[in-house]
Amino acid sequence: MSLLEVAGLTTTFATERGEIAAVEEVNFSLEAGEVLGVVGESGSGKSVTALTVMGLLPRPPARIAAGSVRFAGQELTSLSDREMRRIRGPGIAMVFQEPMTSLNPVFTIGEQIIETIRAHERAGAAAGFARTVELLEKVGIPSAAERMSAYPHQLSGGQRQRVMLAIALACRPRLLIADEPTTALDVTIQAQILDLLLDLRDEFGMALIVITHNIGVIAETADRVLVMYAGRIVEEAPVAGIFDRPAHPYTRALLASAPALDAPLAAGHLPAIPGTLPDPRHRPPGCRFAPRCELAIPACSAALPPLTAVGPGHAASCIRLGA
Amino acid sequence: MPADEEGLWHRPSVLALRRLLHHRLFVSGLVLFAIIVVAAILAPVLAPINPDKIDMNATFLPPSLRHLFGTDNFGRSLFSRVMWGARLSMLIGGATVAINAVAGTVIGALAGYYRRIDNIVMRANDALMAFPPVLLAIAVTATLGPSIIDVIIALGVVYTPRTARIVRSSVIVLREMEYVQAAVAAGAGDWHVLRRHILPNALAPLIVQLSFLFAYAVLTEATLSFLGVGAVPPTPTWGNIMAEGREYLTTAPWIIAIPGAALMITVLGLNMLGDGLRDVLDPRLRIQQ
Repeated sequence: MSLLEVAGLTTTFATERGEIAAVEEVNFSLEAGEVLGVVGESGSGKSVTALTVMGLLPRPPARIAAGSVRFAGQELTSLSDREMRRIRGPGIAMVFQEPMTSLNPVFTIGEQIIETIRAHERAGAAAGFARTVELLEKVGIPSAAERMSAYPHQLSGGQRQRVMLAIALACRPRLLIADEPTTALDVTIQAQILDLLLDLRDEFGMALIVITHNIGVIAETADRVLVMYAGRIVEEAPVAGIFDRPAHPYTRALLASAPALDAPLAAGHLPAIPGTLPDPRHRPPGCRFAPRCELAIPACSAALPPLTAVGPGHAASCIRLGA
Repeated sequence: MPADEEGLWHRPSVLALRRLLHHRLFVSGLVLFAIIVVAAILAPVLAPINPDKIDMNATFLPPSLRHLFGTDNFGRSLFSRVMWGARLSMLIGGATVAINAVAGTVIGALAGYYRRIDNIVMRANDALMAFPPVLLAIAVTATLGPSIIDVIIALGVVYTPRTARIVRSSVIVLREMEYVQAAVAAGAGDWHVLRRHILPNALAPLIVQLSFLFAYAVLTEATLSFLGVGAVPPTPTWGNIMAEGREYLTTAPWIIAIPGAALMITVLGLNMLGDGLRDVLDPRLRIQQ
């Protein structure tokens, strides 16, 4: 049994112009200790998938139209608010993109971590304090005991993200979802936080989902990769497969538009994918990427291409895989 | 938890206090308001003459050393009456603020946090806010009867919707903050989120609002007394004294001028204090540290 199994998940939002699907028929599973990278443009459905798993989307307007989310064998989509609260924290925890605003400005960081510990388990004040210092040390905050009484505005962005990690880890989650954990940070700090995430994965034995639009982040952290486009998974592969043998034209375009540090830019500018993500209210028939795809043929717009295996654990939804 | 000196110094409340004490408008307002508060507290000491003691041999005396603020048509010491009037004004203002702080926060927080009850609560609020404050207060005191308690209840009814609205708007903004989402993602429940993450951050605009509210409450109470629907004469409220002095405006102007000045100092002081608080506390104006 996998730790997390998502099957046929479709999440929709009620809008003034009808119901639109942000995520459609998403399938994936995750083993304990595995690192799954989810990559795609803004609006591709990465975050909505994560928030659906966490049960954090306000319902309404959001609605799980179809599919199931099973965590450690337990179906999450049918849980009550109260039951879901017990999963969040010790079961699944999440860190968000914006470390600058993810901490409450009126409490010290120590207070905020202890609070999370004591919300889920009976811990005395002294034990809570000791655990918190230990956590801050684990996430690499120097002189942790002294920093306990620091307020968020006294910390740098990287330190705040470390504190966010400490809060997420306070209940020893079995799965940690990191939604764009490094987007708001300096490049040098990004690498440190990613290393830290992997260290913590080893130490806590948890599974990790890293959501990003930066394919470089995936290369550094993930075991397996999901590529999402317009609410659907277009390619799923082990991390080596994505970089060595990208199958879907979108994945290839995504890789081509990431700047390589070791090669000078050919024409002096970065290749970009022409066009924009389709409006979710008027998605093209057939393959969603067809209007922007170099390889598109009329048949692409006829029907949604099925996910086709191209190697071990490697599948892509494209009818032009050979081309 | 050991709070070392550095942490204490950076405590948001300490930071705000330091900036407040450097804010000239706030300090001036504080001094003016403090004069009235001290007068109210020390009234029995500073004004030993019974404010209700009638002396028909000493009517309409202008201000002098013996009667600092003069005497009224019954020969009562205006100094005593204004000092004791300050007590009532502070009592009523304070009680109104207390009612608002509690009721307004509870109503506003629930309406802001739970969208389902928002519409119902806020439309009821709108209905109350559609009446001019004084008219609504008169209606309430007319129903309940003119006593100090009833005036406090009336002011609470009149001003709570306004406070609730302020709290609600803060809560709606704070509910969407990342740290609230992060707390929910860590398994926090509604009550915990409201109490620990939303209300402490909604406090600043509420405090600003309450300082203005104190001034409105004092002013509205004086209006009610002046119109004869507040505390019953001879209770020495500023509004009562002014109502009685109205007839002698040309012959004994001090009777109406002195409680009027006291009222003005109170309202002016509280408004300056509130402006200062707003400058320092209001997140929309606060400079990012």
